[in-house]
Amino acid sequence: MSVRLITSAADRRLLDESRGTRAMTWIMAIMLFLTVLAAALGLGTLSAASLLDHQLAGRLTVQIVEPVDRAREAQTAAALAALRQMPQVTKVHQVDRAQLAELLRPWLGADGADPDLPVPAMIDVDLGVGTDATVARVTRAVLAVAPAARVDRHEAWMSPVSNFMNMVTWLSAGLVVLMAAATSAVVLLAARAGLESHRDTIEVLHMLGSTDVQVARLFQRRIALDTLFGGILGTAFAMGTVALVGLQLAALGSDLLGGLTLSSRDWLLLGLLPISFALLATWAARFAVLGALSRIL
Amino acid sequence: MANIVQFENVGLRYGSGQETLSDVSFTLSTGSFYFLTGASGAGKTSLLKLLYLSQRPSRGLIRLFGEDAVTLPRKRLPGFRRRIGVVFQDFRLLPHLSAYDNIALPLRVSGVPESDVEAPVREMLAWVGLSDRVEAKPPTLSGGEQQRVAIARAVIGRPEILVADEPTGNVDPDMAERLLHLFDSLNRLGTTVVVATHDFHLLGRIPNAHMMRLDKGRLLDPTGSLRFPPVKPGQESDA
Repeated sequence: MSVRLITSAADRRLLDESRGTRAMTWIMAIMLFLTVLAAALGLGTLSAASLLDHQLAGRLTVQIVEPVDRAREAQTAAALAALRQMPQVTKVHQVDRAQLAELLRPWLGADGADPDLPVPAMIDVDLGVGTDATVARVTRAVLAVAPAARVDRHEAWMSPVSNFMNMVTWLSAGLVVLMAAATSAVVLLAARAGLESHRDTIEVLHMLGSTDVQVARLFQRRIALDTLFGGILGTAFAMGTVALVGLQLAALGSDLLGGLTLSSRDWLLLGLLPISFALLATWAARFAVLGALSRIL
Repeated sequence: MANIVQFENVGLRYGSGQETLSDVSFTLSTGSFYFLTGASGAGKTSLLKLLYLSQRPSRGLIRLFGEDAVTLPRKRLPGFRRRIGVVFQDFRLLPHLSAYDNIALPLRVSGVPESDVEAPVREMLAWVGLSDRVEAKPPTLSGGEQQRVAIARAVIGRPEILVADEPTGNVDPDMAERLLHLFDSLNRLGTTVVVATHDFHLLGRIPNAHMMRLDKGRLLDPTGSLRFPPVKPGQESDA
């Protein structure tokens, strides 16, 4: 079963276009505007989540929680030495006392800088590959020389954020699917309304020997063009909006929100949405028209 | 002569009302000319609808072009309909199309290339005297002009059967005669013509035309052998 959109100029005149209000074009513009926004949000959070995963994967913090200064320093030195010898470790950095005091300032104020305060020593560790096995091996090696050590994966700290982003991505995908379903429903209704308003023309065409497919093709073409023109309009506005929001996010200077960027592939996917929706509308129109025509002689 | 149409005990009922047509049986010979007469409400239009496959009968058998038209699958209807030209009583012209485009419709529906459409359409326009109204749209045409466009549309595809419902109802006597002459010419080319009419003046204009008369949904002379005016025995000839 072929879907031919190209019709002759004579065929195009068969449906009285002057009667249409072209409301479909505007409805489709709004549908595509919302769909592209939802898709952009999904793609943006997917990109941010992926960036976050990439940044956090294989990053560890080793804390030496030892109240006795000398023992803490000895275990810290031993842990640093052990970590530097491991081939899986690409970078080791001990957070100095001043940085720790700065980190504690929101909770302890100036007291965080008190040299008598027993603050755990902290070591930032980057792994080449942050698999569970590597993390376990590194943890074992550290605990062997520093029993007071605690090893924390950054992934574990950020998992609620990552989960939230994944949820937003799936929610956006769900919205796109819902919008596609709503578009199909609108097309079905529009096709049925079109059949009703062109009933006389269709009856004459049938009596002259038109096939259902010939009649359906007239509606398919019209609905596909309405969807495409409206879709391009809505997509253009939505892409402009997304670009504007992107600029605003970039200006915030936030690492996390800065990850909400769209790649050129993402922009291409957004640009393909009106074409996809036009094809979807074409099939929906064909389905509706052939179904309705099959009930008349 | 082979029968192109055969009705056997055909009945037609709309909804749950009385039968509009009852026990209608007749045959139409290929290449013959038939007048269908009867008072208003006698069932002429209903019978024609069965002929041009706009309705299926409630009962009985209809054979068209040698095939059972009652059980004909829906997807085969377009092929059959393209072999039948119809002049509707209410013309059924598409109001947003020009006279030219209305007449060209059957050719375009049949997939005739656009390059082969213009010549026959202009010929038909000339034949029905509307060469100067090529681009006119039906709402701007008089009743008679619309009727002529409808007739041109019905005959342009050289149908095997031409069914016309009151085709001269809106034209003056001269034009009625011209249109009847057009039907006669088409008939001479082999088309079976069925004309439903009230106009008794027309009945004598076509030599050898058969007459079928409906009364309250029943065919009074099912053989279709009656002629108007009646001919004396021995003068009949096969149409």
